[in-house]
Amino acid sequence: MEAGTIVEWLVKPGDKVKRGDIIAVVDTEKATIEVEVFEAGLIQSIVVPAGEKVPIGTVLASIATDDEAAPALAPRPPSPAKPPEIVRPAFQPIVPAPPIIERPPSTMPPVTRGRLRVSPLAMRVALDLGVDLSKVKGTGPDGAITKSDVERAAKSVPPPPPPAAPSVKADKAGGPSQPVMTADERHVAMRKVIAAAMVRSKHEIPHYYLGTPIDMSHSMGWLQAENLRRPVAQRLLYSVLLLKAAAVAIRDVPEMNGFWIDGAFKPGEAVHVGVAIALRQGGLIAPALHDVDKKSLDEIMANLRDLVNRVRAGTLRSSEIADATITVTSLGERGVESVFGVIYPPQVAIVGFGKIAERPWAVDGLVGARPVVAASLAADHRVSDGHRGALFLAAIDRLLQEPEKL
Amino acid sequence: MTDEAIKALVLKQLNRIAPEAETAELDPDVDMREQIDLDSMDILNLTIALHEATGVDIPESEYPHMTTLNGCVAYLRTRVK
Repeated sequence: MEAGTIVEWLVKPGDKVKRGDIIAVVDTEKATIEVEVFEAGLIQSIVVPAGEKVPIGTVLASIATDDEAAPALAPRPPSPAKPPEIVRPAFQPIVPAPPIIERPPSTMPPVTRGRLRVSPLAMRVALDLGVDLSKVKGTGPDGAITKSDVERAAKSVPPPPPPAAPSVKADKAGGPSQPVMTADERHVAMRKVIAAAMVRSKHEIPHYYLGTPIDMSHSMGWLQAENLRRPVAQRLLYSVLLLKAAAVAIRDVPEMNGFWIDGAFKPGEAVHVGVAIALRQGGLIAPALHDVDKKSLDEIMANLRDLVNRVRAGTLRSSEIADATITVTSLGERGVESVFGVIYPPQVAIVGFGKIAERPWAVDGLVGARPVVAASLAADHRVSDGHRGALFLAAIDRLLQEPEKL
Repeated sequence: MTDEAIKALVLKQLNRIAPEAETAELDPDVDMREQIDLDSMDILNLTIALHEATGVDIPESEYPHMTTLNGCVAYLRTRVK
């Protein structure tokens, strides 16, 4: 990912923002991404207007942090202000392709299906407000429908005249600016990005593979009892146990967590688990759940639910696609028995879990049926060896035998 | 609640969960997970949404009854006030 087009600004100069606020929507070849702000303060100026395509790392806007912003509200002598915080999209070029869901819901007239140019954020708002996107006039790049367009349509307010600026910008750039992609274009772009990352992985990383079956009867029994006493909105999915076990097992074998950069292993400073999430329309994305080893199962579940929902709604945040230190892929209930992953460079390991299924399992000379999951590890042989990898999988197994301690 | 109203409610929630799915062509007697590729998170989200909309508490042990559109209707019909 090298460049992005500003689809829409959600703030204007003078707006007050706080850490974590979404201030802009940026369209890239891989995804439409919500840009978060990392400092509280006042928006001073928008540097890159909507519709313009700029390289990653370009300053998009300047923010006066709270210290400096005060004069605007309550005048006081100007202090030797520190330079305004700048907003840069925090992208990393190797992340597998994020999703974009561009197809309108099936209430749409089929003639427009798949061809509407609409940002995922706008689509989500349209669903919430019950707005028929086929009747909305887009004012974004190439007529793309933005969140503001949807909100205007919901209020039946006519759109403002199209701004004159974009055509000038387009001339300056020597051609028309990059539009929001349609579903088909996005699919092609996503395959290209996945292809590049996976070819790099298989070309550069000497993978080794290990696998072991894990008895899940304790984990599943504990989970069933736990969910029985929980209200529906608080229930846990078993993948939360798998994620936590993999993250905690890193304490035993830290060389599974981190990056191979410039010929050396750089251990991860925290455990940010990339969760491979498949998209219904094809492709996948592995955004990061942060600090999984330190979070409770409830926190991980809440984070996972939020992440999956936003991946599928096409509204990932810039920080989430940047910084996974290890990846976990779980095939889920309708998968097959086992999966051996391909490491996402520059990470050094990927843990795989197959479908949980009843299998014959012998204990003390007696065979019974137990729920079993095939756990696998693909790891980078430049960083670790099979013995360490085996200890890592064994630690995951051990942790899953005591789910109440996770 | 009539069967039609329950069906409309389920379809509305499915459209929210899977905006790109072809819910209009859903066979009401075939597993929705197979037809529109729903995973366990989708099923949980559907259950939560149906609970919020109807007040019916759906225990995990009943999820197998909720995998088809007609199954959802049959389960909720007797429980929705």
